[in-house]
Amino acid sequence: MIVRILGEGQYDLDDHALDALNGLDTQIEQAIDSGDEAMFRTALHGLLSAVRASGSHHQIDSLDESDLILPPPDATIDEVRELLGDDGLIPG
Amino acid sequence: MSLMKRISLIFRSKANKALDKAEDPRETLDYSYQRQLELLSKVRRGVADVATSRKRVELQVNQLEQQAAKLQGQAEKAIGAGREDLAREALTRKSGLTSQITALKEQQATLQGEEEKLVLAQQRLQAKVEAFRTRKETIKATYTAAEAQTRIGEAMSGIGEEMGDVGLAIQRAEDKTAQMQARGQAIDELIASGALDDASQLNAGDDISRELDALSSTSDVEAELARLKAGSTPQAIESGDEGGDILAAEPETVRAEGEANEGGRA
Repeated sequence: MIVRILGEGQYDLDDHALDALNGLDTQIEQAIDSGDEAMFRTALHGLLSAVRASGSHHQIDSLDESDLILPPPDATIDEVRELLGDDGLIPG
Repeated sequence: MSLMKRISLIFRSKANKALDKAEDPRETLDYSYQRQLELLSKVRRGVADVATSRKRVELQVNQLEQQAAKLQGQAEKAIGAGREDLAREALTRKSGLTSQITALKEQQATLQGEEEKLVLAQQRLQAKVEAFRTRKETIKATYTAAEAQTRIGEAMSGIGEEMGDVGLAIQRAEDKTAQMQARGQAIDELIASGALDDASQLNAGDDISRELDALSSTSDVEAELARLKAGSTPQAIESGDEGGDILAAEPETVRAEGEANEGGRA
């Protein structure tokens, strides 16, 4: 399973490591829905740290697609909302 | 996996859109490669821009620190001259500078972070562009419509995601740099208008500097006078060789030498 942290690159993760991340992912979603910046920040940092800790860097010159993509560590709720909008932040 | 899934789906759909437009997939490969090279040079420019902004902030920090040090010196001078009011004013201005310096240093750290991120992004993209070029040539050389479609799709989505990521990094760095530049400009204007200026410049024309100038020129004059007086005494002795003064001075010199000799012996 390949996970990309935006601005950082891709990580290889075991499939079972992913289960642990699900809870944090749900928290992030809730924080975005309720606009709770502090909770969002804590959950996002937890999630990114978990990916970095349990994953290893994906080969830099491979052209593989990621299974999952995560926002950059310093992203704000607004930025993530824009990311989720189809014509948002991602340059075409 | 909802949030992570949603973001990756959006990235994928962007890459697929580019692919869908293609009539001959091999043209898509070439076109994509061109865009990758453009993006790479954009990243390089981005790194240079961020570095320039960071250096500018560094210069401003140095400038403000020098001014803070000058104000500190002025406060000490004012205290020495018994002018607590002036010292207070100088210290107040210095504390204003200190908060600006703290803010600038934070920005400097942010810019440094952006610069490092972009350098890494550039390395990643460079590696992927190289890989893409090799893959592209292989696909074109062995092109058969049936298999090419899938292989091109794989290559394109992999590089498309990387390009989206790096493009995003560039965009964010540009936004941050623009903010810093606006702030940097504001600080330049403050310095130019004299609001942050140190009080030691003669042409600064503010009250502290005028009073301190007056104070220091008074004390400078006194010091100069004292020096002149001290300098003119020996001259008077030399010129008045036969005068009575030299006789009065001689025993003192002898006594001083005698003390020094005794000290040496002890």
